[in-house]
Amino acid sequence: MAIEDDVLVIGGGLAGATAALAAAEHDADVRLLSYKQSTLRHASGLIDVLGYTPAGEGPLAEPFEAIPDLPEGHPYERVGVDAVREALLFFDAVAGDAYSGAHTESNALVPTSGGTVKPTARYPAATEAGLASDPRDTLLVGFHGLPDFDAPLAADHLEAAGVPFAARGVTLPFPGIRRDDAKVTRYAHILDRDTPVDTGVGEAPARTALAETVRPHLESAARVGFPPILGDENAGVVRRDLEERLGIPVFEVPSGPPSLPGMRLEDLLYGALGEAGVRVTTGVPVVDYELEPAADGVESGAGDGDDTDAARIDRVLVDRKGREVPYRASEYVLATGGLVGKGIRSRREPVPTDGVDDAATHGTGDDPASSPAYRSSVGSDGAPAEPRTATGSEVDEALARRSGRVFEPIFDCHVPHAPDRYDWFVDDAFGDQPFARYGLTVDRELRPLDGEGDLEFSNLRAAGAVLGGYDYAAEKSGSGVSLATGYVAGSRAGERATEDAE
Amino acid sequence: MSDTEQPTDDHADDEFEPIQVFPEPEEMDLRPGADNCYKCSTCDTNCPVAEVDDEFPGPKFQGPEQWRLKRQDDHDIDDSVMKCSNCMRCDHACPSEVPLSQMHNTARGEYVAENMSKRSLEYWRNRLLSNYGTMARIGSKVPRLTNFVMGLSITKLVNDRLLGITSEREFPEFATETFRTWWADRGGAAIQSDDRRVAYFHGCYSNYNTPEVGKAMVRVFEHFGYEVLVPDQRCSGTPMYANGMLGDARRAAETNVPELAAAIEDGAAVIASCTSCSMSLRQEYPELFDLEGVHEVSDNTWEALEYLRVHEDLEAALSGTAVDLPDLAYHAPCHARNQGLDGQAIEVLDAIDGVDAHDVGDSCSGISGTYGWKSENYDTSMKIGEEMFEHMERADADTGLTECPTCAMQMEHGTGYEIKHPLQVLETALIGENDRSETGGGAESR
Repeated sequence: MAIEDDVLVIGGGLAGATAALAAAEHDADVRLLSYKQSTLRHASGLIDVLGYTPAGEGPLAEPFEAIPDLPEGHPYERVGVDAVREALLFFDAVAGDAYSGAHTESNALVPTSGGTVKPTARYPAATEAGLASDPRDTLLVGFHGLPDFDAPLAADHLEAAGVPFAARGVTLPFPGIRRDDAKVTRYAHILDRDTPVDTGVGEAPARTALAETVRPHLESAARVGFPPILGDENAGVVRRDLEERLGIPVFEVPSGPPSLPGMRLEDLLYGALGEAGVRVTTGVPVVDYELEPAADGVESGAGDGDDTDAARIDRVLVDRKGREVPYRASEYVLATGGLVGKGIRSRREPVPTDGVDDAATHGTGDDPASSPAYRSSVGSDGAPAEPRTATGSEVDEALARRSGRVFEPIFDCHVPHAPDRYDWFVDDAFGDQPFARYGLTVDRELRPLDGEGDLEFSNLRAAGAVLGGYDYAAEKSGSGVSLATGYVAGSRAGERATEDAE
Repeated sequence: MSDTEQPTDDHADDEFEPIQVFPEPEEMDLRPGADNCYKCSTCDTNCPVAEVDDEFPGPKFQGPEQWRLKRQDDHDIDDSVMKCSNCMRCDHACPSEVPLSQMHNTARGEYVAENMSKRSLEYWRNRLLSNYGTMARIGSKVPRLTNFVMGLSITKLVNDRLLGITSEREFPEFATETFRTWWADRGGAAIQSDDRRVAYFHGCYSNYNTPEVGKAMVRVFEHFGYEVLVPDQRCSGTPMYANGMLGDARRAAETNVPELAAAIEDGAAVIASCTSCSMSLRQEYPELFDLEGVHEVSDNTWEALEYLRVHEDLEAALSGTAVDLPDLAYHAPCHARNQGLDGQAIEVLDAIDGVDAHDVGDSCSGISGTYGWKSENYDTSMKIGEEMFEHMERADADTGLTECPTCAMQMEHGTGYEIKHPLQVLETALIGENDRSETGGGAESR
């Protein structure tokens, strides 16, 4: 038998975690399945809603005023501006004191490690003292072993950008770390545990040693910014300790991957998932699905009349290192990410669709044990054109069955894209890149649509970067879209699942 | 698994001709895996060793970067590869499907084969540790004497000073009766069935040290009407990969794969109670050894609870049962995590009345098999374990729970808790306490 829950969320990033939390609000049994670690570990930890319009206007001071003007198909247009507001309130409740910015609908301006200023709606409490709108003079401190944050350069950039304060940067040795490429977790670990470190003139606790290293450089600075390595589990304590020792506010400057603020956000979300009773399974991919038998499957969702005759997903198959294990739920949320997270994939050549009968590939067998045997018989019919090696893994086999050059690897949902690969991009790296908008098209309930505009499945919703129609990098809308669509998809799935159960 | 098993430098009939990087396609081409790495460093942030040890350059270096360096003929494998504990957390971390542990295993194998002196004490110490099964086979013939000798402080001193096996740890006691002896004395399977059949891969530890886990497996599966087979078997290879002893691991696999494949041919699914054993059969075997039947074994291997959960209505079977274990501190072994088994024990045991298992978080226990037994790694191992120890103590329990025998050693070593295997809790719930007549002597405690 399958492992059963009411709602199954596939994907463990911001969208997936939000969807699972929102579904759990409806007293549904919820499971979150996550294959690899999410791209939250690449993320700055900032919660952007909308920094620039799709036409490139900005930075926007009032993101919520711009949302109603977004084009049809944009994820915010799909869910509506009120849902975006609700989703942020939902996030604020989950994040509690760990995040700031809830007092206003306006964007805050946060300095980044590159010395740019980023418009964002919510930011970690550790970032608060560093806002660019704050006129206090600023010292930025970088470390020799962390070249991603060049503090003097960042300070110069900030001043060139016209911030209302004087900024100065210094690069210092980090007490206790001599290695050139020590990991950010190593820095955080030393500060978290206040490990005794060698200061050159004896041993001292790490935070004391760090404060003593920085103090001679403070001069007239009224606040001091560090790369985001100030602790992990005990980050709040580390920051307050340094503030006390230095006598001025301390903040972190968000940076690129690998990012502790992103990891802390991940910890925060997974802590909330645990408290909400969401079951979490990680490390293994969903590789396939089976449909409910059509004969009695049509009625199961009847009630609100818009289910039409779309198929229902009965179960998904999870590849546990070679063995496929079935997981079943009544509602599913797909939050597997975009091209970076591999929720959307691409390849050089499309798989010809002739010979692949989708209905046949996804049988309705009730016996899980019949599935692999069935699938290997599909394989021997020579359906997929992509060469399959004798040692190909289940994952490779599943990918080989999906259609198109740009495709969604689990359910093979339709991904609109130009047939010629040379139309996927433009030469200007910072130009309007078509590929950045590739993803699923959905109805207003976030259910994926096929090429004809019909529902792919009646019990699947999509959230986060797997959605198309927006360019999160250019718009600075990634986190907001994940929150809003995760919240809507999860809430709706939770509602439907508990209705079905009644 | 990844696409690394598919060589890419052999495009005989492709129009697209990539630059020929190698003189000829290698036996194991890891290039696609190396090319998949886009340097996000997520693996590095997951490495428990890099977090506490300044000397360790992290999985990104050990995997894709070292692999690239090796393309230059004059580069040897860096000796830091021996500081990798083979926890395999980087595999699960990588968002880009780089087969990090496979790269580490092959690099470590090459380092040991080409750079480590076969006359060094380190080599023989590692060989000894990784061939625990062989040591145990000899030691368990006279278990009481072995336990006595291994417990002597002079033995520990000699081990530490001469071999570099830490004297901080207590050697695990050998059971006075091995699982296989018990199995033979019992007359083998109590249930015969043509359509419900499993083959038990007990591994070394539940055979020699904790036969109560093996007995629990047998009783639980027989409770559900399964015929249990116990094929001939050797070590799963996990400690051998971790020490770069790929030759030893392959020899063991040459016994295991045909034996298990034959059982599968007879309609059995392979069941392991140790999650590193199931990990090895499922992932490392097909990644490292091109043996007949290796994929059949990989595809048909299960962890014990995992199998029952999918094939039986375990929740229904457990509802209404009761065990008096209100506070269990559960640690998910890294290798269980990589098989998607991280939440399983708690979810399953939740159905039993009187059992309250708390997850003590996602940190690594730090022992990683033979790693924490080496004198030079002991401190690192304990530093990694600190987080788990703290969480265990905060969990307000005095019994620990885990599937991995060496994690269990570390949990016990760091907290003094008694450690159980989830199968033992299941056994007590479904069948009750061990029937004394079957238990034999001295196997209950360790």
